[in-house]
Amino acid sequence: MGETWQGYLRDDGRKGIRNVVAVAYLVECAHFVADEITRSFPGQQVHLIGFPGCFPNDYAQTMMEKLCTHPNVGAVLLVSLGCESFNRAKLVEAVRASGRPVETLVIQKTGGSASTIRKGRDFVRSALVEIAKVPQVAMGVDDLVVGTICGGSDGTSGISGNPAAGRVFDRLVDEGAACIFEETGELIGCEHIMAERAVTPELGVELEKCVEKAARYYSVLGYGSFAAGNATGGLSTIEEKSLGAYVKSGEAPISGILKPGDAPPGGGLFLMDVVPDGEVRFGFPNISDNAEIVEMIASGAHLTLFVTGRGSVVGSALSPVIKICANPNTYDALAEDMDINAGAIISGTHSLEEVAGEIFESVCATAAGEHTASEALGHQEFILTYKTFDPLGPACLPAA
Amino acid sequence: MSAFLKLHRNDNVQIALRLVKKGTPLVTGAGPVQVGSDVAMAHKVADQAIATGEPVIKYGMPIGVATHDIEAGAHVHVHNIASRYTATHYHQGDAGLSDG
Repeated sequence: MGETWQGYLRDDGRKGIRNVVAVAYLVECAHFVADEITRSFPGQQVHLIGFPGCFPNDYAQTMMEKLCTHPNVGAVLLVSLGCESFNRAKLVEAVRASGRPVETLVIQKTGGSASTIRKGRDFVRSALVEIAKVPQVAMGVDDLVVGTICGGSDGTSGISGNPAAGRVFDRLVDEGAACIFEETGELIGCEHIMAERAVTPELGVELEKCVEKAARYYSVLGYGSFAAGNATGGLSTIEEKSLGAYVKSGEAPISGILKPGDAPPGGGLFLMDVVPDGEVRFGFPNISDNAEIVEMIASGAHLTLFVTGRGSVVGSALSPVIKICANPNTYDALAEDMDINAGAIISGTHSLEEVAGEIFESVCATAAGEHTASEALGHQEFILTYKTFDPLGPACLPAA
Repeated sequence: MSAFLKLHRNDNVQIALRLVKKGTPLVTGAGPVQVGSDVAMAHKVADQAIATGEPVIKYGMPIGVATHDIEAGAHVHVHNIASRYTATHYHQGDAGLSDG
């Protein structure tokens, strides 16, 4: 216990482990220009995020506000085409109120692409100087919000990487961190055992309802949260994938349910309900792993533990991703993309406890500023799509 | 180190910890058998005979039901078990063996 490092203190009292200038496009039509601005700063903490849709969506608006005021973000540049529906005035107001430097560039009013790119680079250059002055303060495990996800899962995920991540979650929760697990579509078949871990019976009912909603949603789509590569890797059914994924949550009591963008009210273990409310619309809940990572970041995740069997190479904008490879063959093939070889548990060269210890050390080192494999390679994946959510019910956060 | 792992005492499948060749001897709940086909790492074989309609148990929990009668030592996968929730999407004829 007691490991500390220097974090960036924000006006709302939260602490960040990175100090990023976020360049955000507010419609796909502004994506290229925002990307060109970002690419002018290779190796620096300038990250591209954005929402591609031209039509309004409350979820996307909330997500962008939460992301732009995330503790890992120091300053924000908004890039708008000009005629899209996104409420940029509301977003800029939220960022300004958070005390961060913010600028909006509207391409249609700034003389077009080249001129906007030039002005955007000028803003980022000055913002980098400005945010270097953000006060740095001691930060510990109890300040952290940590997410977990598995992607490119195979039959090894559930017997090496995911149980190791679960041990780390137990230790993080024990030391006061807030930990988030998610993808209710990949908890199908686990709802009853999961409900027994709820801190109140009412929360247990809500946990089961989340998974039932996911099962219903996916059955309307006619397709589970299951990719062909999962089957190639030995997983035969969604229940099998789910049980393997579920162990990432460890054994701590479940303190509550969050929806994307809701910050955990304190330390503890939280399930994120990522499947939209209401009738099925807008297609798949999460079209790929990064959509889920982005949702946990919007809820304040400083970093994400990503367990892969088949071999995902992704990182993320804003918050680092620690890649835990469950499959020893995949690790050998993709070692440069991985941070932790949990396949060693299957090869028999390391115990589950040893690998869990390595992951915990990596969490602390990453929080202290060390680059993860995907950060060092420059990965900055980001995806945000349309969704609809109702507010959380009263039983979802019993302690709040 | 054994090539197979039974994760929970109630399981009726074992997990291959590496690529296992057809004919490899295997001790199952039904006695000694030979593995019925090449089995890729992290895939499953039956630890006992599983009749059509019976649950397949892994991690001590049901992961689906048998759609065919399965013999002890046989590969247990999308060709002989099914989800009780949503159908599994997979690449036809891909048993993961090209992965090595």
